[in-house]
Amino acid sequence: MMDDILVLVEHRQGEVRDITFEMLGKGRQLAASQGAKLTAVLLGSGSGKLAEQVASQADTVEVINHEAYADFNSDTYQRALANLIAEREPLLCLIGHTSYGIDLAPSLATQLSVPLITDVVDLNLDSGSIVATRMVYGGKARARVRAKSPGAIVTVQPGAFTAAESGAKGEIITTAGSLPGEKARKRFLEFIEAASEGVDIAQSEIVVSVGRGIGDPKDIPLVEELATALGAVLACSRPVVDKRWLPKSRQVGISGKTIKPKLYLAIGISGAFQHLSAVKGSGMVVAVNKDPKAPIFRAADYGIVGDLFKVVPALTERIRQAKNGK
Amino acid sequence: MDIVVCVKRVPDTADAEVSIDRTGKDIEKDDLAFDINEWDNYAIEEAVLLKERLGGTVTVVTMGSEDDEEVLRRCLAVGADNAVRLDDPAFSGSDGHATAVALAAAIKELPYDLVLTGAVAGDDGYAHVGPAVAELLSVPHAALVTAIETGDKAVTVHRELEAGLEEVVALDLPAVLTIQTGINEPRYVSIAGIRRVARREIPVKGAGELGLQPQQAGAAGARVELEAMSLPETAQKGELLEGSVDSVADQLVRIFAGKGWLG
Ligand SMILES: Cc1cc2nc3c(=O)[nH]c(=O)nc-3n(C[C@H](O)[C@H](O)[C@H](O)COP(=O)(O)OP(=O)(O)OC[C@H]3O[C@@H](n4cnc5c(N)ncnc54)[C@H](O)[C@@H]3O)c2cc1C
Ligand SMILES: Nc1ncnc2c1ncn2[C@@H]1O[C@H](COP(=O)(O)O)[C@@H](O)[C@H]1O
Repeated sequence: MMDDILVLVEHRQGEVRDITFEMLGKGRQLAASQGAKLTAVLLGSGSGKLAEQVASQADTVEVINHEAYADFNSDTYQRALANLIAEREPLLCLIGHTSYGIDLAPSLATQLSVPLITDVVDLNLDSGSIVATRMVYGGKARARVRAKSPGAIVTVQPGAFTAAESGAKGEIITTAGSLPGEKARKRFLEFIEAASEGVDIAQSEIVVSVGRGIGDPKDIPLVEELATALGAVLACSRPVVDKRWLPKSRQVGISGKTIKPKLYLAIGISGAFQHLSAVKGSGMVVAVNKDPKAPIFRAADYGIVGDLFKVVPALTERIRQAKNGK
Repeated sequence: MDIVVCVKRVPDTADAEVSIDRTGKDIEKDDLAFDINEWDNYAIEEAVLLKERLGGTVTVVTMGSEDDEEVLRRCLAVGADNAVRLDDPAFSGSDGHATAVALAAAIKELPYDLVLTGAVAGDDGYAHVGPAVAELLSVPHAALVTAIETGDKAVTVHRELEAGLEEVVALDLPAVLTIQTGINEPRYVSIAGIRRVARREIPVKGAGELGLQPQQAGAAGARVELEAMSLPETAQKGELLEGSVDSVADQLVRIFAGKGWLG
């Protein structure tokens, strides 16, 4: 009907995920500006409690209930959503740019022949047409893009928008989902929890983190010495784990650990959102990077533009001196 | 097992000074170094590992210019059997959708049990093309794959979720998998290896040979239009410490000491 904004409720293991409320916050604002209706769509199995949690943020919560939707499955979700969207023709459909949305949105948009704009950090409706901002080239540039036709699917970057309490009392409408006779081509089997091995970087008050800028694993002790001098634990960005230079338990980020130390010191880390979103709760963020345009400086309380091979040893030495009361 | 891998050549911008070019719709690339997209490097390695274990073929495909041929050669050097490059003026202005349309049209003509793509390209950052190709080929897919176990008519894969959590899913073959970094340890490409494939003829296909209509390709087929590119506002959140290395170290230590963090 072109007067609906749909938001796909993301949930896992019995919990609504934060991205849902962020999308509803933005969706509410857009709906208000367009005189549109905000509809949350929840695919689940016996998910009444989850529906109630989102009802205060949406005009309507449409629950499609089927045991096949208990766990996310892009294949079964796609079929259900394609039917719903084809029937409703919403103005816009918001999905999280998360491990779920990344799996689901592209094939859904392809099936529906609607535009897809991914990993969006800003979103507006400009006389009905969808205009979005997204970061490109690893955060070094930003692109303004426009959907060429209405009804686009937009995937939203986690943390880009803020949840807002709307005080609405959305109506919950539950329908029984059905699956076409054919067997799903994709089958969810199980979750595997992160192995809890070694130090827990989330427990430390000071975290010193090393990124790809270190260049060579033999130089990691340089940063480790700084961590030791500060009484901190050593953590890292993802490429350092991917290269097997440090164990996965040390990885800071959306797919690693979220941490809230009083001091986070990032060395040779560019500052991708997948990294930064996991250190937002830190008391102070300090970054050392040789590139003054590195996105990390946009999130740092204090920044040092310089070569880590010079800055880190100098810092380690000064800290040792200060601690020895010199 | 026959495997097709989609690979893209991208500029390395992590360490580079980036500026907007004259069109206002892209960055200036003349002074940038290019390499295979990080995620695609893990994808080609995974394909070669599967081939070494199970036999079959690996074919690499890129949509790109003559300069981009170098990533195909790199893949041939690490063990791909065949390469195809898709190139046509009609492809210019492709968005994620139009790119997927061209790649899917090429893959349809190739033998495949699996198609591997990167999870995301480091330049456009879409994370769009892999699952879109799957839908165009009418086969199932899984994104952000960190482990693959192959069976007869199906594969079991691990998908990376948030916070270290993974999920295990089974997919009927053929299927498309988008590969996440860290799934393997990509091998080193030797100069000798590159030299060995330097003279291999790499076929080029245009829109017509792929059976694409003009309105399906490039800007005409795109569903999203790039209006402008800009540099992010440089406004720092906090303060940049200025001065010599010794001076900035001193300043920072004073800040830490002021907080009582140096005991
Ligand atoms: C689904 C998904 C999940 C992800 N999850 C995570 C995650 O959990 N955690 C995570 O970290 N990433 C994650 N990533 C990856 C993320 O997108 C980035 O690729 C990654 O964070 C980059 O790591 P980096 O900053 O160490 O490396 P780069 O981006 O390569 O940056 C290296 C930096 O070092 C600087 N540098 C180089 N040499 C020096 C020197 N001598 N002195 C000082 N500075 C120097 C450079 O200027 C550059 O800024 C994820 C990606 C995806 C797609
Ligand atoms: N021009 C291209 N040629 C070949 N493969 C591509 C191209 N663009 C994207 N891909 C593939 O799709 C993946 C995801 O890219 P994207 O959706 O652009 O983030 C990449 O890692 C590649 O495997």
